Amino acid sequence: MIAAHLPALQVVIPLIAAPLCAILRRGTAAWVIAVAANWLAFAVSIGLLFRVLDEGVISYAMGGWAPPIGIEYRVDLINVFVLLVVSGVGAAIIPFARKGTEARFDSTNQAWFYTMYLLALTGLLGVTITGDAFNIFVFLEISSLASYVMIAMGRDKRALTAAYQYLIMGTVGATFIVIGIGLLWAMTGTLNLYDLAQRIPDIENTRPVLAALAFLTVGISLKLALFPLHLWLPNAYAYAPAVTSAFLAGTATKVGIYLLLRFFFTVFGGGGFFLSTPLPEMFLVLSIVAIFAASTVALFQNNVKRMFAYSSVAQIGFITLGISYATETGLTAALVHLMNHAIMKAGIFMLLGCVIYRLASMRIDDMAGIGRKMPFTMAGIVILGLSLIGAPGTSGFISKFWLVLAAMENGQWWLVALIVIASLITMLYVGRLVEAAYFREPSEKAKNVREAPLAMLIPAYVLVAATIYLGLDTTWSAGLAQDAAASLLSAAY
Amino acid sequence: MTTILADLNYWVTVFLLVGGLYIVVAHGNMIKKLVGLSIFQTSVYLLFISPGKVLGGTAPIIAEGFDVYSNPLPHVLILTAIVVGVATIALGLALVVRIHKSYGTIEEDELHDLESDA
Repeated sequence: MIAAHLPALQVVIPLIAAPLCAILRRGTAAWVIAVAANWLAFAVSIGLLFRVLDEGVISYAMGGWAPPIGIEYRVDLINVFVLLVVSGVGAAIIPFARKGTEARFDSTNQAWFYTMYLLALTGLLGVTITGDAFNIFVFLEISSLASYVMIAMGRDKRALTAAYQYLIMGTVGATFIVIGIGLLWAMTGTLNLYDLAQRIPDIENTRPVLAALAFLTVGISLKLALFPLHLWLPNAYAYAPAVTSAFLAGTATKVGIYLLLRFFFTVFGGGGFFLSTPLPEMFLVLSIVAIFAASTVALFQNNVKRMFAYSSVAQIGFITLGISYATETGLTAALVHLMNHAIMKAGIFMLLGCVIYRLASMRIDDMAGIGRKMPFTMAGIVILGLSLIGAPGTSGFISKFWLVLAAMENGQWWLVALIVIASLITMLYVGRLVEAAYFREPSEKAKNVREAPLAMLIPAYVLVAATIYLGLDTTWSAGLAQDAAASLLSAAY
Repeated sequence: MTTILADLNYWVTVFLLVGGLYIVVAHGNMIKKLVGLSIFQTSVYLLFISPGKVLGGTAPIIAEGFDVYSNPLPHVLILTAIVVGVATIALGLALVVRIHKSYGTIEEDELHDLESDA
């Protein structure tokens, strides 16, 4: 009985929990609700995964109205994979949120923070699970509006201007997406993604459809911070509260990647059309520029959070690089790195949150000598940093392995060399932090700090453990991603 | 001339779209940027509503003597989009108020100078 309604529950649970938090206005009660809702959402995602593995694609008619007229929730391997990442990363972050928010906000504002968190979660899960194009826009705006507020709640007043900038660019992006959807609707008369997929091949070379593809590409690229549309990201991640940075780095850009895959490969039919446009070359070039430009800028940052924000732009470049191949190996690489990067970057931002909690600073000079004062926090950052570089035994190695494999399959050996060089640059900026933390005398500020509380360390270490586990056993990352990539390319739905 | 008039809606849409986006990019004042954003979003409302109109059609209500109806779907979609737009502008304005309180200015170039000092 409940199993039949899992697709609806995925979105409805956090959606109902959000106003509950707002009504209660009590920090602790709101936190308990947020944890319960997020963990339930994760359980629902796992339930959906087993149902999809068991019986294939699930089609759920929202409110009993049959698709394509009614709104359809459609769960297949691709979006259940992304649902797992979003709700799973959230499930690790939300217990961690308690200490930091308690120290910063009064009880009412804590409740508002959890309300916004749950709305952002609702929106991201909704975008991923829905099969209706206009529904995507609405959910996207729910999550974006909530995340603007979550960024603006940062301690630094620069968080306000960062949130404003993200609001302007995010809204332009969302409006571009809705223009694309409008043009597709005007040409086909349907909003159902799978209905669109059947009608578009007959008209795929007409000008409105190509214009729609262009608008969707630019709009979604803004949301996922593809170079050079990434300008909103560094400040937003750097000045937002740690919980927000971890959550957005782990989920928001990843849902953008999912949208790109869904539109390029499902709606515009199985990769053939994608390859007939100039998009693959465009994405190849932009991804390489993103990887190198953003990694180089990261090298010169004095704010550690900003450094890892630029590193996010570079890592998104690795994901879009995989997409640009439009081969099964390439898409597998993209999906594997989507999961692995979500976990490791969320973990890094959580551990940096531990540092801020004790040190109240993100300057690399203030973090000097912190390795001896906060051994567990820094050890976690080092492990996740190794994964970011792509060291064997961590999940980052698996991502790089698939990317290199995809490049070799296409005979692009020069690209293999570039991926290795990019990993070296990553090693340099992670190394800079390690050098400061372990090999320098403690700074004035670092002298008096102690290890972060366990309530913050344990959730972060769950993600550290996941990073190591996914580096050793790839059944749940590469195994699933390979099947998902195959179904994206075959356009079987 | 007649072709321009026949597609008048779309010409207006394009004009608002480009004009709105231009204001967002060109102006440094945060309120003016939001005005531009609002105009930009409004153009999309027109883009959706226009193809839904059936010439000579009435509101889609079953009544005797009427059998040509306009498509109601875009109206429903755009009602939702308007709500989203209002929420975005409201949040944007709230942020501008907070920025004004913290920095004492809402001009982007002045803010840039203040932030690089900090």
